[in-house]
Amino acid sequence: MIGVLQYVAKRVGLYLVVLFIGLTITFFLPRLMPTNPIDGYIGQIQARASGALTAEAIASLRENLEVLYGLKGDLFTQYVSYLERVVLRFDFGPSFSFYPQPVSQIIFGAVPYTLGLLLCSTTIAWILGNLVGLVAGYFHTKRAASVLEIVGILLYPIPYYILAVTVILMLSYVIPIFPLSPSFPVGEMTPQKFGMIIYNSLLPAITLILAGFGWNILSMKALAVSTTEEPYVTYARLKGTSNGTRMLRYVFRNAMLPQVTALALSLGTIFNGALLTEMLFSYPGVGLIMRTAASSGDYNVLYGAITISIIAVATAGLIIDLIYPLIDPRIRHK
Amino acid sequence: MSASTATAPEAATSTPTAARRRDALLWLLNPRLAIGLAIILIMGVGSFVLPLFNTVDPSVQATYLKNLPMSFEHPLGTNAIGQDIFWFLVFAVRNSLTLGILVGLGVTVIATTIGLSAGYIGGNFERVVMLFVDSFITIPLLPILIILGAVIRGNSNFLTVGVIIMIFGWAWGARTVRSMALTLREREFINMAKFSGANTFDVLLREVFPYVTSYMLVAFINTVLFAINTEATLAVIGLSKVEVPTLGSIIFWALNYNALFTGNYVWIVAPIIATVALFLGLFLTSTGFNQAFASKRGVA
Repeated sequence: MIGVLQYVAKRVGLYLVVLFIGLTITFFLPRLMPTNPIDGYIGQIQARASGALTAEAIASLRENLEVLYGLKGDLFTQYVSYLERVVLRFDFGPSFSFYPQPVSQIIFGAVPYTLGLLLCSTTIAWILGNLVGLVAGYFHTKRAASVLEIVGILLYPIPYYILAVTVILMLSYVIPIFPLSPSFPVGEMTPQKFGMIIYNSLLPAITLILAGFGWNILSMKALAVSTTEEPYVTYARLKGTSNGTRMLRYVFRNAMLPQVTALALSLGTIFNGALLTEMLFSYPGVGLIMRTAASSGDYNVLYGAITISIIAVATAGLIIDLIYPLIDPRIRHK
Repeated sequence: MSASTATAPEAATSTPTAARRRDALLWLLNPRLAIGLAIILIMGVGSFVLPLFNTVDPSVQATYLKNLPMSFEHPLGTNAIGQDIFWFLVFAVRNSLTLGILVGLGVTVIATTIGLSAGYIGGNFERVVMLFVDSFITIPLLPILIILGAVIRGNSNFLTVGVIIMIFGWAWGARTVRSMALTLREREFINMAKFSGANTFDVLLREVFPYVTSYMLVAFINTVLFAINTEATLAVIGLSKVEVPTLGSIIFWALNYNALFTGNYVWIVAPIIATVALFLGLFLTSTGFNQAFASKRGVA
C-alpha cells in the first residue's frame, strides 16, 4: 500500500514539474523573439487613425496595453505575475479581438466542441483500426490479410491536410452530401440545433477517423503478429479453442495494452490535432480560436489555448501512468 | 559466409570479393525497400537535377499567361497567377526534401546524443534530462509554431520553421534511444568493454552507437517525413513563408485561388499526387529498412 502511495506521489510530483517547465517555456519563447506585439498593435491603430494620434496618446495607449498583456515591468516580474495569474486563477486577461471578454470564457466556450468531435472520432478510429489490425495480424499467413494491411499502408502516409482536402472534394463538391461551408448556430441548445451540429461535424469526423485508422491498423497488426507466435497461443490452439476465441481472448487482450497507451497519448494531443481539422472545416473549437487569434495578434487567447493543450497532454500522461498497472498486471509499482 | 569458409577453405579463397559484397547487400533487399528507395531516388534526383535546366524563378508571378492547359511547353499547364505548375512543383519537392533532411539530421543527432548519454550515464543526470524531455513532449508543436509564426511574421526565412521543428522535435527520439541505452547498459559486451579499460565515451562510441544505428536510420527517415508534413501543414494554413515553393505552399495557393471552382484541377491534384508519392516512398523505405534489420537479426 505504501509502495502504491509512493508511486502516485512521485508521479504527481513529476506531473507538476513538467507542467511548470512547459508553462515557463511557452512564456519565454515568444519574448525572445525580436518583435513586440504592442508595436504592431499601435501601428494598426495609428494606421486606422491615419496618423492623427499624439505622442502622449500613444504613450498612454502603450501603458494600458502593457498592463492588459502582462508586459509591464522587467521579465522576471512579468514571469511571476504570469505564473500567479495562470496557476491560481486561470486568468489570461481579456481577449483583444473580443474586448473585454476574458480569454478563459472564450476558451471554455470552445472546449466542448473540440472534445466532442475529437474524443468520438479518435475512439472510433481506435476501435475500427484495432479490429482490422487484429484480423490482419492474426491471419498474417493468409493472402487476404495482407490486403487489409495494404489499406493501412496506403492510408497512413497521407498527410492529414491532403486527406481532408480530398474528403471535402469528394463529399461536398463531387458528391454534395455535406455543405461546403458548414454553419454552427450559437446560443441556447435546442434539439434541432443539436442535430445540425452533429450533421456538420460528420465530415471532419470522417476525415479524422480515416487519418487515425491507418496507423492503428499497422501498429495493431505488428503487435498481433508477434503475440500470435507466443507459446500460450499455441497451447490454446492445441487445447482445441476456436480461432475466434484465440483471436479475442488470447491475442487481443495481450496485444491491446500498448495500444491503450497509444490511445491515451493521442487523446492527450487532440488539441494539437484539432487545430488543422477545425481550420479546414471551420469548426468552432479551440483550434479555430487559436488560428483567428494568431492572425489578429490576440496573444492572450493564444497563451490560453496553448496552456490548455499542455495541461491536456500532461494530464493524459499522468492518467495513463496511474491506471496502467490496473489494466496490465505484468507491470509492477517501482 | 563464415560457415562456408570454415568447411571449405579452398572455396572461400576462390570467392571473389564482389560476390561477398553482393551477399552483404542482399539481406537489405526486400520489395518494400526497393519500391520506397526507387520512388525517393526518382523524386529526389529529379527535383535536384531538373532546376539546373530552368532559368526562370518559378515563384515569380505573371511569368506566363494564366490558366494555360497542359502542353509541351508547360507539362502541367500554368496557374491563375501565371506560374508554371510543373516547375513550381519541382522546386517545391526540392525545398521540402531539403528542409526535411536538414531537420532529420539535426533531430537525429540531438536525440541520439541526449538519449544515449542519459540512458547510459544514469543517476541524477538522467533524472534531470528526462524531466526536460518529458516537458518538451507535452508542449504541442503546432500551436507553438503558430505563435512564433505570428510573432515573426514577414521576417522569417522558411528554414526558420525547420529550426523550430528541430527544437521541439527531438524529445520523442531521445526517449526511445534512452530506453534502448537502458537495456544495453546491462548487457555483457558492455561490461566486457568496461572491464577492459574503455572509458564512458569509448564505450558509447564503439559499443553502444553501432547498436542503435539501424534504429537511427529509420528514425531519421520518419523525422524527414514529419518535418515535411509539419512545414506543409503550416503552409497550407498560410503561416509559413508561402512565397517559397514547398509542397504545402502550392496547395495553399491553389486553395486560395479556388483552383477547383475555376476548373484548374491540375493545380490542386498534381501537388497532392506528388506529396502522397513522396510520403509513400519515405514510409516504404522506413518500414523496409525496419524489416531488413529485423531479418538480419533473425527476428522475422
